[in-house]
Parts: sequence; structure tokens; C-alpha cells
Amino acid sequence: MTARLSAGRLWAMARKEWLHIRRDSRSLAMAFAVPAAMVILFGYVITFDVRDIRMAVLDQSNTTQSRDLVDAFRSSGYFRVARQLTSDDQISPLLVRGTVRLVLVIPPDFARHLAAAEPAPVQALLDGGDANTASIAINYAQAIVTSYSATAVLKGVPLPVPIAVDSRVWYNEDLKSSSMIVPGLMAAIMMILSALLTSLTIAREWERGTMEQLAATPVHRLEVILGKLLPYLGIGAVDIVLVAVVGGVVFAVPFRGSPVLLMVTGMLFLVGAQGLGMFISASAKSQFLATQLAMIVTFLPAMLLSGLMFDISSMPKVLQVISLVVPARYFIAATRGIFLKGVGLEVLWGQALGMLVFALAGLGLAVHAFRKEIV
Amino acid sequence: MTVLGLDVGRLVQLVRKEARQTFRDPRALRVIFMAPILQLVIFGYAVTTDVKDAAMIVYDRDHTTESRELVQALTAGGYFRVASLAAKAEDLADALDHGRAIVALEIPRGFQGDLAAGGRASVQLLIDGTTSNTATVAQAYASQIILRFGQQHSPLVAQTAGTGAQGHGGTGLPGVDLRVRAWYNPNLESRVYNVPGVVCNLMMLMALLLTTLAVVRERELGTLEQLMVSPLTPGELIVGKTLPVVGIALVDLALITTVATLWFAIPLRGTLATLGLTSLAYIVCGLGIGLLISTVSSTTQEAFMTMFMFFLPAMIFSGFFFPVENMPVFFQYLTLLDPVRYYVEAVRAIFLKGAGLAVLWPDVLVLTLMGGGILWFAARRFHKTTA
Repeated sequence: MTARLSAGRLWAMARKEWLHIRRDSRSLAMAFAVPAAMVILFGYVITFDVRDIRMAVLDQSNTTQSRDLVDAFRSSGYFRVARQLTSDDQISPLLVRGTVRLVLVIPPDFARHLAAAEPAPVQALLDGGDANTASIAINYAQAIVTSYSATAVLKGVPLPVPIAVDSRVWYNEDLKSSSMIVPGLMAAIMMILSALLTSLTIAREWERGTMEQLAATPVHRLEVILGKLLPYLGIGAVDIVLVAVVGGVVFAVPFRGSPVLLMVTGMLFLVGAQGLGMFISASAKSQFLATQLAMIVTFLPAMLLSGLMFDISSMPKVLQVISLVVPARYFIAATRGIFLKGVGLEVLWGQALGMLVFALAGLGLAVHAFRKEIV
Repeated sequence: MTVLGLDVGRLVQLVRKEARQTFRDPRALRVIFMAPILQLVIFGYAVTTDVKDAAMIVYDRDHTTESRELVQALTAGGYFRVASLAAKAEDLADALDHGRAIVALEIPRGFQGDLAAGGRASVQLLIDGTTSNTATVAQAYASQIILRFGQQHSPLVAQTAGTGAQGHGGTGLPGVDLRVRAWYNPNLESRVYNVPGVVCNLMMLMALLLTTLAVVRERELGTLEQLMVSPLTPGELIVGKTLPVVGIALVDLALITTVATLWFAIPLRGTLATLGLTSLAYIVCGLGIGLLISTVSSTTQEAFMTMFMFFLPAMIFSGFFFPVENMPVFFQYLTLLDPVRYYVEAVRAIFLKGAGLAVLWPDVLVLTLMGGGILWFAARRFHKTTA
């Protein structure tokens, strides 16, 4: 085997691969429709904005003051009073069934305490099942009650607010979930593309015995691998543009950084992911195992251990350490930096270097796996 | 002997053949029983929406006891940790840009003086919004801690408060004192909510994978035709193919339920019977969908891809990651078509709230109807594609 690579042979490999992809409508759909659908689905569905929380009120005080407090909840826009209760035993069934998330209990002596300038306890019972929504609901409720207290004049002296917190959110001023998700989705989409390559091109060539035919031709193994990669790099580039455009047009996700840097890191990530995929499909003998392994090793970590949806720093230490070897983690940090923060190589050089290492490692693994199988 | 028009003897033979084929490969065995447990453990830990130990950079320009106490108050709850101290204002922006901190706190000069004078002291809080969920929660926590700190340290408030009793989580200040109690999950740990959701998704994945592969593998190898010319009726073939899957899925359910309750200490407040019955209806749904996928796929790769196209949206719409009620209304209606949604709802209620069939019957009914419908449709298609 000669070590010299020929552009002609490489091109022929790439063309053959493209014909394979084009012929199979399902994989074409997978390459273009799924990324677009994912952006739209994730962009709309993943939302941490909690509004219109259904609540019930048990107002045992039934005074002007207690009704004012309920009105404060109602007019906040965060809560919707779905039920007015008359007794304690109505509370439990509502929470079990999930009819309401929060029950506000105002005790009979509420107005008296308030008039006497004493602490006037009010109880909020929450469905704590969904911890995330519950803690957001608690914060809203606290804020409403605090501002109600502040306006309720106590002996002519309003409750002072001793420290003003000037709090500002950077990069994603409205805290939109779509701005967080769309850049991160790039990683998930690159991973799907690599799963596609793994399951489609490599496994199929083995299965049909055409891999041996390939081996018998003068084509160099690096040419085979690069040739197989090229069409997917093309698809990947189109997908990156697609996601950025859909994100920008439909969800108004800002794009503040350099498109070139995004493209380069994206391509490097894709090369690494595909090399990894080829390695897996070559080392697992059965297809059932290959698909399972691909899911466990590539896709799920890219979704769950990469910080795409769940914050890495909140995970246990062991998982944080594991996440250090999840390439998607660095890629997502890079895409968020480019989209939202508008930072360039001066900040992201570490991530870019990581992608380069990943790409080289992926290519190395793929070449290694290929040689092992042919002999 | 025949039951419901199916020959029991032939059925037993087919089930035995399926079981032998599945258990022959020790690696497949490991995937079937170990992978769900492994996934549950990893994702049980990974899927968390709690904010813990968020990195904070502090720029303390006041350098007083009060300013240091404020920083201590912020880190005391375990929500924030001081990642670094800034020496100049630019350090704050730099740390946020590099992602070294997600919260930046600036305490201006004169903070203590303003606080003591009862005037408005002020602090600045900068938050990295790129991970919007963490940012939302972090912002709320920080504001609340600072507010509470202020109330405790302001002489003016102390005056007005008089002899207000402290304790019981109350502020002891006049005015309305909100006392919060979270049912089912008093410490508001997201894991308690998410692990049952992971269970649901693993069950669906297993049911889909096993059914689809059991059928498609035979088609790929050409042995499906051999089965068709045997005296087996199509009904027997389908039942014989799916019964082992039901068995495996139930064993998997038992395994991951054990891990969820013993390892993650998720309370199982409902009865095992309710869980088993609901799961059975759900598994039938999964089988039906798997069978349907196998009728439109001729190779394992195709089946895998089609499965993926179904599984991903099904997972997103299930309300597993994100509550259904927060989705746009149109998508909320769309979730009604997703069997995973009903099961996630039911499993969470069984685990956390101890709900029984008296509460859950609508979910179980929908799952049963869906499962029956899909299985019937898939069986009809199966006839046609193999005939």
C-alpha cells in the first residue's frame, strides 16, 4: 500500500458515499429534517418560564386585607386562582391529583395580627414533586408577599427595604430558554450525524461484504475514511447554517461571534464524533451492540452530561469528572460563547484546542479500527 | 390446547426459541439487564435542575465585617461558592466571559455605612444568562439571601420589629410572614422528581428496541419466512414474539425500581400492584409501536433510525424534562398523543404521592386503549407486509 494520498481517489470515495446517502430517503430526512425539527421542538417545548401557576385559596380570615393579598397573587400574572376552598380537607385531593400546584392558607386571625403589627403567618402548601417549578413558585410567592407587606402600612411606617439588589443578567437578558438550547443543540445534531454514519455506512459495508472489495482496490485507508467523512462534513456545514438561521429567525437567538470560528470548531467536533462512531461500529461485532453502545457512549452523554440542559456544576463530583472527557461539553461551551457572548479565540482557545485534539483522536481511532478489521 | 384461538403448545415453543436466542449471547444479556441500571444511575445523577455550588466571583470594595458577612450568607446555604476574588471591575466581566463564574457580586464602597445609617445600601449582581434555568434560580436565590441579610442587619427594621419572635422559618418582622411547606418532596430535590421520569424512558427504550430487533433480525436473516410457512398462525407469531419482551421489560422494571428506591432513596408510596398494572399497559404500547416500526423497516439500521425519530419527540413531549403545562398550548395538545406522557404522570404520582387507581384510572385507561389500538393496527400491518 502506498502512503501517498490521491485527490482523485478521495473524490471518488466521497462521491460514492454521497450517492449512498442520496438514495436512502430516510437518512436524508435524518440529516436535514431531524435537525430542523429538533431546533423547533426544543426551542418551543423547553421552557423554564413558569407562568399561570394554578393555585387554590383557603381564606379563613375573609377580610379586606386577606382579599387584598389574594388579589396581589392574582394580578401578578404568575398565579391563577383556580379554586376557592372552604375547609382543610379539600386541600389534599387537589394536590394529589395535581389540580393545583400551590394552596394558600390564610388563617382566621390574619387581619388582627396585621393590625397589631405582629408577624402575620400565612401558609403556602406546594406540590414539591417538580422541584424546579416549585422553587420558582416559592420565589414568586415570596416576592408577592414581601411587596404586599411593604405596601401594607404598619403603624404609619412602611416596611423598609434595606438593601437594593441591582441584578442584571448578561448574554441572555430575558433568560430565554431557547437562547440557551439552540446553540447547544449543534452538539446533539453532530452526534446524530455521526450515529447515522456509524450505523449506515460502515456497518452496511461490512454486512454486504463490500468492505473487502474496497480493501482490494488501491484506495488508501485514510482515503476511505476521509472520503466517507467528506459528505457528512458537507451535511454538517449545512446543518450548522440551518440551525443558526432557524434559531435566529424563529426564536430570535442572537449571533454575536464569528461564523468562521463556529464553522471550524463544528467541523472539528464532527470529525472527532465520526471517528469515534467508526471505532465503535468496528469494535462491536453485532449491530444490536453497536447501536446500544453508540447510544450509551456518544448520544446520551452529549445530551445529558454536556451541560446542554443540565448544569454540570450541580452534578456530583464523579459525574463532573466524567464530563471532562465528554467532547460535547467543550463544543457547547464554544457555541454558547460564540452565539451569546460574542467572544472569539482569545477566550475560546482552550475549547478550540480541545476540538482539535478530539478530531485527531477520532481520526486516529478510525484508522486504527479500519486496519484491524481488514487484516 | 387452545386459548383465545391460539395454540398453547406452539406458543410455548416459540417463546422458548425466542428466549434461547436472546439469552445465548452473554453480551446481549448484559445490555438488557445492566444497561438500564447503569443508565438510571448515571442519568439519575446527571438530570438535576438544582442549583448547587454555583461559582461566584466577588468584588468587595467595602472590606468591612458586614460585606464579608454578606458573602458568607451567600455561601452558607450551599447554593454559591466563592470561585475567585476580583481585584478590579474588569475581572468580573472577564470571569463571566470565560465561564469561570456564573454569578458576579460587586459590593460598593460605603456599603456598611449605608446599611448602618438605615439608608439604602446597594449591591450589584451580574448573572451569566447562557444557561437560563440555572440563571433564573441563581438570581432568585441570591436576591432572597441578600434581602434577608439586609432585614437582619438594618437597625431600622430591628426598631420597627420590636420583640417579634424569631424561629420557625419566620422573619419575626411585622407584616405577612409566608411559611412554605412543600409536600411529597420537602427538600425540593429535583432528583426525586426526575428519577421516576428516567425509569419511564428506559422502559420505553427497552420495549421498542427488543420488539423491533426481534422481528427485524428475523426478516434480515430471512428466517421470518421460515416462521411464516410453519404451522404458526400470525396471531401466535405476534404473541410469541412479544411475550418474552413483556417478561424482560417487567424484570427490568423490577430492577430499576429497586435501584431507584434503594440507591436514590426515592420514596415508593404507592402499591406495587398499581405500578405493575400501569406499566403493563405502557409496555403493550411500546410493543405495538415497536412492531409497527418493524413493519416499515427491512434492516436493523432503518429500524434503529425510525425508532430514534419516534423516541426523541416522545421523550420531549412526555414532560420528563420540562412540565407539560409550561409548553405553548398547541404543543400541550400534541402531548395528548404521547403514551410516555401518561406513564410519566402516573409513575410520578405512584412514587411520590402514593396515588392509586382511584386517582390514576384515566391515565391507565388511555394507556390501555392506546396500547390495544396500536397493537391491533400493527398486527394488521404485520399480516400484510409478511403475507
